[in-house]
Amino acid sequence: MSTQTLYDKLWQSHVVYEEPNGATLLYIDRHLVHEVTSPQAFEGLKIARRQPWRVKSVLAVPDHNVPTDHRDEGIKDPVSRLQVETLDQNCADFGITEFKMNDQRQGIVHVIGPEQGATLPGMTVVCGDSHTSTHGAFGALAHGIGTSEVEHVLATQCLVQKKSKAMLVKVDGQLGAGVSAKDVALSIIGKIGTAGGTGYAIEFAGSAIRGLSMEGRMTLCNMAIEGGARAGMVAVDETTIDYVKGRPYAPQGEQWDKAVAYWRTLVSDEGARFDAVVELKAGDIQPQVTWGTSPEMVVPVGAKVPDPAAEADPVKRTGMEHALKYMGLQANTPISEIAIDKVFIGSCTNSRIEDLRAAAAVAKGRTVAANVKLAMVVPGSGLVKAQAEAEGLDKVFLDAGFEWRDPGCSMCLAMNADRLEPGERCASTSNRNFEGRQGPGGRTHLVSPAMAAAAAVTGHFVDVRTLA
Amino acid sequence: MEKFVKLTGIAVPLDRPNVDTDAIIPKQFLKSIKRSGFGPNLFDEWRYLDVGEPGKDNSNRPLNPDFVLNQPRYAGASVLLARENFGCGSSREHAPWALEDYGFRAIIAPSFADIFYNNCFKNGMLPIVLDAAIVDQLFRETGNNEGYKLTVDLAAKQVVTPSGQAFPFEVDEFRRHCLLNGLDDIGLTLQHSDKIKAYEERRRQAEPWLFN
Ligand code: SF4
Repeated sequence: MSTQTLYDKLWQSHVVYEEPNGATLLYIDRHLVHEVTSPQAFEGLKIARRQPWRVKSVLAVPDHNVPTDHRDEGIKDPVSRLQVETLDQNCADFGITEFKMNDQRQGIVHVIGPEQGATLPGMTVVCGDSHTSTHGAFGALAHGIGTSEVEHVLATQCLVQKKSKAMLVKVDGQLGAGVSAKDVALSIIGKIGTAGGTGYAIEFAGSAIRGLSMEGRMTLCNMAIEGGARAGMVAVDETTIDYVKGRPYAPQGEQWDKAVAYWRTLVSDEGARFDAVVELKAGDIQPQVTWGTSPEMVVPVGAKVPDPAAEADPVKRTGMEHALKYMGLQANTPISEIAIDKVFIGSCTNSRIEDLRAAAAVAKGRTVAANVKLAMVVPGSGLVKAQAEAEGLDKVFLDAGFEWRDPGCSMCLAMNADRLEPGERCASTSNRNFEGRQGPGGRTHLVSPAMAAAAAVTGHFVDVRTLA
Repeated sequence: MEKFVKLTGIAVPLDRPNVDTDAIIPKQFLKSIKRSGFGPNLFDEWRYLDVGEPGKDNSNRPLNPDFVLNQPRYAGASVLLARENFGCGSSREHAPWALEDYGFRAIIAPSFADIFYNNCFKNGMLPIVLDAAIVDQLFRETGNNEGYKLTVDLAAKQVVTPSGQAFPFEVDEFRRHCLLNGLDDIGLTLQHSDKIKAYEERRRQAEPWLFN
């Protein structure tokens, strides 16, 4: 048998049927659903009088529209409320498991899937959400789909797909202290660009990746989509297996042993061929800060805001000028001199327990700077929140002047009440710094949780390693 | 999508030309995140004497007794008789959704607006073009005979009156094939149901924990 990449293996094991033209019917093991992209899909099923093919493969949760405070008062915005109520109703109608807004297991869909063991190695995982790539951290094939595909998967348990090319992103060496998976993700995107992974499924490998926790791997795979790839993945190892063990949806007993034996095969074979290879040295990676309106507009914290005048490509130059104007920044300003108005620690990129620990370690014994109007911490799920509280992290944040909120997408995309006002500048642990993403006119700088906390307590960007 | 092979049902005559999609389903109902449940608001401005709003309980709104759909003799109609250029105006797919939700499966008219015509097929509804003179005759017969039912036979491509008079109609072959077999994109995939089931069975043996 010829050598195979992890992606080859995951793909091949899910092929139901292949058309002569290469279009493939791919079987879907896990379907995650949230309130924004599912209502019309459920309606489609109802109109066609169809039932979900395998209702137990579906797990639903409201996350985008839920308020992060005063939940007992319900959702005030009628459009948001209607979307959440519609999800509740659809799940009730079809018998789909849903973690409702006030369930402790509720949280951001990409946080709760892995947390529950609903995401397992070797699975295909889809969700009507581009950051579904997150779940690839488990040696799974995971990607986002549109609403019509949501309906298609509900009805048929399959998707019609064409195979992507395979890219290997290899990071070898040891990450420095204060450098996190988020910095690795941003460095990779800075290197390959936001379209660099288009048409590829990316496998992240190398000793630095193997050294990451599952939380870190999820952060990395989460942002594969920002690098243009629909799917990112990491091979299965002991870290993966340890994380999955004992989770509510994980196999047990005899099945567990059988599963683990299979999961251990979910690695790229020695000498497997990739269509593209990108290599980074872990030791070179510094804490990163984005300065523009695309995740690829990123520099190390010790650098300066780039000067468009130094850019030879006229298209890029115009893009940079436009971004600087929107961001209200001057070329050549040291990143550490950029003052901020708000801090957001949360999102499916960085709202897991390890992220909160990293931020709390920085916040501990310090106070949010006077010029920072709001610094909020939004845990990724109710269980993350409970864990953090058990560790006393909430107290650390509250003592430092942060707000401690209820789980949801929150200011990552500002569909609920949490948002930036026009012109406000935010240090954010989310994944997209697009214009208006966190509120119309808002200015987003993507950073790691530790860097966000450091910005909160100093009032400007700062190399977290100098705070020690 | 539901199959459409042959249907016999009460016909209701909507005697107006150029019925636009805003009349079929007024714009205030487009805010809905749904695509079903529009039936009670089909032809809202004609059917009711007050103004309809999303979320309003339609069951106790004052009905317009003059509007044809409100006449008891047409209750449960599944065939809509219409005049020329039915479905003109905005391209909202809510229009066929509303007609379908109300219970219509076939619409007979001398002509249809283009986008609406396409949208019907996507939603399991059959729009049929017949000569204006034939449509006229059907209007007369429907009006004169309570309980008048038409048979719409897609397999034989004809409309048959209670007296057995048959009127052939044209329809695109691929669309006909899809409607006859209930095939939308999902329907096409479901043609491989046996393969999906066989695949599932193999996986259930090899990786039983996926099916817990
Ligand atoms: S946290 Fe942000 S990126 Fe993640 S699912 Fe929610 S809105 Fe999307």
